[in-house]
Amino acid sequence: MLSTTRALGLGRRSILSARTTARRTVQTQSLPPSKATEILNQQRLLRPSSPHFTIYQPQLTWIPSIVNRATGGALSALLYGFSLAYLVAPGTFDSVHVVEFVAGLPDAVKYAGKALLAAPFAFHGLNGIRHLLWDMGKFMSIKGVYQTGYTVIAGTAVGTVVLVLL
Amino acid sequence: MSRLPVVRLARQFSSSATRALATPVGQKPVLNKEFKIYRWNPDEPAKKPTLQSYTIDLNQTGPMVLDALIKIKNEVDPTLTFRRSCREGICGSCAMNIDGQNTLACLCRIDRNAGKDSKIYPLPHMYVVKDLVPDLTQFYKQYKSIKPYLQNPNPPADGKEFLQSPEDRKKLDGMYECILCACCSTSCPSYWWNQDEYLGPATLMQAYRWIADSRDSHTAERKEVLQNEMSLFRCHTIFNCSRTCPKGLNPAQAIQRIKLELAAE
Repeated sequence: MLSTTRALGLGRRSILSARTTARRTVQTQSLPPSKATEILNQQRLLRPSSPHFTIYQPQLTWIPSIVNRATGGALSALLYGFSLAYLVAPGTFDSVHVVEFVAGLPDAVKYAGKALLAAPFAFHGLNGIRHLLWDMGKFMSIKGVYQTGYTVIAGTAVGTVVLVLL
Repeated sequence: MSRLPVVRLARQFSSSATRALATPVGQKPVLNKEFKIYRWNPDEPAKKPTLQSYTIDLNQTGPMVLDALIKIKNEVDPTLTFRRSCREGICGSCAMNIDGQNTLACLCRIDRNAGKDSKIYPLPHMYVVKDLVPDLTQFYKQYKSIKPYLQNPNPPADGKEFLQSPEDRKKLDGMYECILCACCSTSCPSYWWNQDEYLGPATLMQAYRWIADSRDSHTAERKEVLQNEMSLFRCHTIFNCSRTCPKGLNPAQAIQRIKLELAAE
């Protein structure tokens, strides 16, 4: 069907051009070659950037990498925050007071809080070992990445449970 | 103005193999699939980029995504713009993001699940020239910056070729095959955020291809230019590059080897 219409178009055009001179529907503008860079630069200013992480397929390569950075940042913030708080108010943030405060919390909050600390710690620690192995040249294939990736996720789950039950 | 001769002409042009037979054979059912394709037109720069939907019959289309794109361009919308050349995965022109992964449209089979639409974007985090065509100027400049050619001022005494042992030649396998399609570099989050300074996996693997070449005498200089915070060490071993490479190469490993050699200095 389509080839028919196209052939029709071809046929029509040849008939038309035989009878009249070609009538242009598109206006063209004559420009010197020296204008090329200017036009290109004008276009470059307006070009959009194509979408990236919002459209990229979630994979076991880059998602754990983001999580690794987020957990690292959060754990560092906690460590530095607590250390600074101790420096500022040693009376409130020493071990005795912290233990007293935690002991007074309901069980649910205690377990939730422990899980919230244990999961990032377990993941970041295990993934750190994975990175050290990579730096030594081990598991440097897609198969190795996926094997170690799933191992780290499983290890994080086990590690979190163990740490929560401590 | 009689239309008859035109119609007769059309019939002659459109005689396909099946039409020439007395009874049509192999008539396949219609299998419509929706393709959502990123569109942006530089002639109307104020208009935001949009996803345009096209539905085509997969049973009237070739098996690869490139076949679908060519069918859409030929039969539905001639303004759809994309790069293509060899249709067999050796030129690297048709690199794009298909269903969330960077790959070559000519090597990517169409998912025949008609219930699910297929989304096609240009390579991620690149300036768009038009529709699926990204601006690769910076990518090529980076490749040029690592001097991707043999540097050796001392040709062999017999004046013929630089010889290499089979073992040394083997070190280049898995690197020289790169076709510079930019799938890996544009899949790399580090390259997304730092492509003005970080060289990206494709360029770095080629840098190592020349570092590892026993015939090249500028190994020290080649390493020297990478010995800084940005050019090489923005690689955080994410592996999107190796995961997405349509040629099955492993840029992450090449980068890791440069890191190890630089660290050992």
